[in-house]
Amino acid sequence: MNATLFAASRVSALILAVAVAVHLVVIIHAVQQGLTIGAILSRTHGNWAFLVLYGCFVLAAAVHAPIGLRTVLAEWFSWSGPLADWLLLAFGVLLAVLGLRAALAVFLA
Amino acid sequence: MLELEIWRGGAIGRFQTYRIPTREAQTVLDAVSEVQRTEAPTLAYRFACRVGMCGSCAMMVNDRPRWTCRTRVAVAAPDGRLRLAPLRHFPVVKDLVVDMAPFFAKWQRAHGRFEPGPAPATEFATVPPSTPERRAADAGIECINCGVCYAACDVVGWNPDYLGPAALNRAWTLVNDVRDRARAAARLAAVTGPGGCQSCHTHMACTETCPKAIAPTYAIAGLKRQAMRAALAGTR
Ligand code: SF4
Ligand code: SF4
Ligand code: FES
Repeated sequence: MNATLFAASRVSALILAVAVAVHLVVIIHAVQQGLTIGAILSRTHGNWAFLVLYGCFVLAAAVHAPIGLRTVLAEWFSWSGPLADWLLLAFGVLLAVLGLRAALAVFLA
Repeated sequence: MLELEIWRGGAIGRFQTYRIPTREAQTVLDAVSEVQRTEAPTLAYRFACRVGMCGSCAMMVNDRPRWTCRTRVAVAAPDGRLRLAPLRHFPVVKDLVVDMAPFFAKWQRAHGRFEPGPAPATEFATVPPSTPERRAADAGIECINCGVCYAACDVVGWNPDYLGPAALNRAWTLVNDVRDRARAAARLAAVTGPGGCQSCHTHMACTETCPKAIAPTYAIAGLKRQAMRAALAGTR
């Protein structure tokens, strides 16, 4: 792995750690409060803090997952090279698009 | 009685069973030597110093890599049964003897050699023992090149390119050697990239098994930190 990928993997992990923690705490809080879907969406609608947090979450996941997968593919299936890298890049873009679309949908709902 | 199953042959071979008397304070190397002298004159194995200095006697002892000259049978095989095989991740030459060449080639690849610079030093270097660099180098300097950590590391098995704990540990001692004249960037570049320090999964099998109580995992973490700093600073 080159140093840039390594740095990207570590920095994205750092962001993921914070985002996952906030995500879990908020979920547990919402469930404990017995919030309905409507009540939740009314809080997330137009909420920039929500969009920024989940935008970072999604982008960090989209960076982190393909890098990890790249190592798994290389070490467990001896598969690496330009084709693997392009497919992994596509996978990362897919994650980013799907995730951002979902976050945006909740923000706009 | 001590029962030994010993690998006979090359990469393809089989375990053969031998029995010898249990003796007081017997080491695994003592046991192998006794088998060789009394039962299997063609048995190939390596040792030189018998006191934990040369690093030539390592093998798999009941599936764990160990230096055999300083491993008591009573500790490694409390039930009186020893299964001895050549070190993992090394090409087998014959019986318990492995080819160390790929291992040392990786030391070279990791720039694991002191670079004195173009002109010999004219003065003795003063390296205060309390400086962080000296302490970091001290922590890894007693390596005897035994290959135990290399055999213990799963990443070496998964990724034949991986430099491995011993070579990286050596590179780290040199990164911290203030007398070394290799550009730090060149050495960091040598341990970065495919098979470099970033491939380490921090399993700590190397640190757990090193007979010299060295912690290659921490050395590798140091290399990762410096390489990351260099990458963020745009050096490479
Ligand atoms: S810490 Fe790194 S070098 Fe040591 S055994 Fe684990 S993966 Fe191998
Ligand atoms: S670091 Fe320890 S286990 Fe690895 S080669 Fe050196 S002495 Fe042997
Ligand atoms: S024989 Fe030298 S270290 Fe064991």
